[in-house]
Amino acid sequence: MANVPEDLHYSKDHEWIRVEGDVGAIGITDYAQNSLGDVVYVELPKVGESFEAHESFGSVESVKAVSEIFTPVGGEIVEVNESLQDEPEKVNTDPYGDAWMIRIRMKNPGEVDSLLNAAEYEDFTKTEEE
Amino acid sequence: MSAAPALKQTPLNGAHRRMGGRMVDFGGWDMPVQYPAGTVEEHLRTRTRAGLFDVSHMGEIDVRGPDAIAFINRLTSNDVTKLVDGQAQYSALTTPEGTVIDDLLVYRFGPERLLLVVNASTTEKDWEWVKSHHEGESVELRNVSADYCQLALQGPDALRILQTLTTTPLEEIKYYHFSEGEVDGVPAIISRTGYTGEDGFEVYAAAEKAEQLWDRILDVGKTGTPEGVLPCGLAARNTLRLEAGMSLYGHEINEETTLLEANLGWICKLNKGDFIGREPLARQKEEGVRQRLVGFEMTERGIARDDQEVLINGERVGRVTSGSPAPYLKKNIGMAYVPAEFANEGQQIQVDVRGRAVGAQIVKTPFYKREKKSGV
Repeated sequence: MANVPEDLHYSKDHEWIRVEGDVGAIGITDYAQNSLGDVVYVELPKVGESFEAHESFGSVESVKAVSEIFTPVGGEIVEVNESLQDEPEKVNTDPYGDAWMIRIRMKNPGEVDSLLNAAEYEDFTKTEEE
Repeated sequence: MSAAPALKQTPLNGAHRRMGGRMVDFGGWDMPVQYPAGTVEEHLRTRTRAGLFDVSHMGEIDVRGPDAIAFINRLTSNDVTKLVDGQAQYSALTTPEGTVIDDLLVYRFGPERLLLVVNASTTEKDWEWVKSHHEGESVELRNVSADYCQLALQGPDALRILQTLTTTPLEEIKYYHFSEGEVDGVPAIISRTGYTGEDGFEVYAAAEKAEQLWDRILDVGKTGTPEGVLPCGLAARNTLRLEAGMSLYGHEINEETTLLEANLGWICKLNKGDFIGREPLARQKEEGVRQRLVGFEMTERGIARDDQEVLINGERVGRVTSGSPAPYLKKNIGMAYVPAEFANEGQQIQVDVRGRAVGAQIVKTPFYKREKKSGV
């Protein structure tokens, strides 16, 4: 059973966002890392780049596949987790903690309201399994 | 996602599901791509201890009769007449153009009995090809794919583990040879072959005995312990064969590329007498190939993937046939076709990784070569 923390918001692309004022920390979910398998490479954008909601901002690669990662909200990148370059496996071991990927200054913090809460996301992953 | 009902299953399908295998559609077969340990661990365990693979989806064609050897010698590129009883040979079914219908193993049981072991996704094609190219030779052909299960036990501990289940002296079976014996009391063909670059065995037995053999090998191989044998999925099978520089049908070899282009000249015995595709291959050998398969490793950050384009001096000149992280070598590697004039060790290339030109360098294959013990 995948871990789905209560205090986060989720996208249907399997990203999570933790709201810290007008900044959001973003990563991929436990369900996503589990479907990917061993993560061996993470490609992230640079600080200062801007993205629209649901736009691809990078990719996560396992041994066998590449998955794009999408930002649940639009805004400007203010911080990138550079440690994932050398330790991509943290995406598997700590997807909601050490393996946060970017911090984005939200252009429109209201976008968070259209995301799923923990219970909704859990239901969503169950329908994906079927 | 649940499997579409049309997917074929090996006799171990239930075992895979029970053990938490992540099942995927592999060429029409419902197969485990990995187990809970994960591809990297499965790969490393096979290199350092042992891994067990279900390869029952592979096809088997039984060829018997006075002309069995002559017939298969005419359809394949390697020299079947060189085989002795109890020996296996890597070979290819070739088109009249010298390209590859499939790569296969030819097992010789006797002067009038061969077994062809072919790829799963090409079994039907191969079977139709073999049947339709029969020209009055005195042979009896049977597609016995469904009769057999095939388990591959690979890695430095493979021999020790399998030996606990058989009285056949495994040390005496030489590489690319086989013996008919029993494993856990089950009649089996025990073949010292594999697709991982490790020492190991491929065991063929009656399909209904698959689960017994699977469970017993895992049991005596102490699966679940840190040093024990791990069940491995198709993803690890792929990364292991790639590190070992082996071709995968549909990737390095297909009906568009010739054996010589794929560096398989060593299974192309042009002087053995006529065989389908011999002439164009002989001509190509004379004139030289235009493209050649090479191995490369990434020199910049990035992972090459299948079908991505290869650039040399800014020009798009080739394509990646297989690209992946190499878990044991801890590098990102791949194989690709490039124009022959560039197919040299040390040549700098770039791979178009989703719009980004990432540096790589042509290197010698195999990428990985195990240290051989004397006598094996």
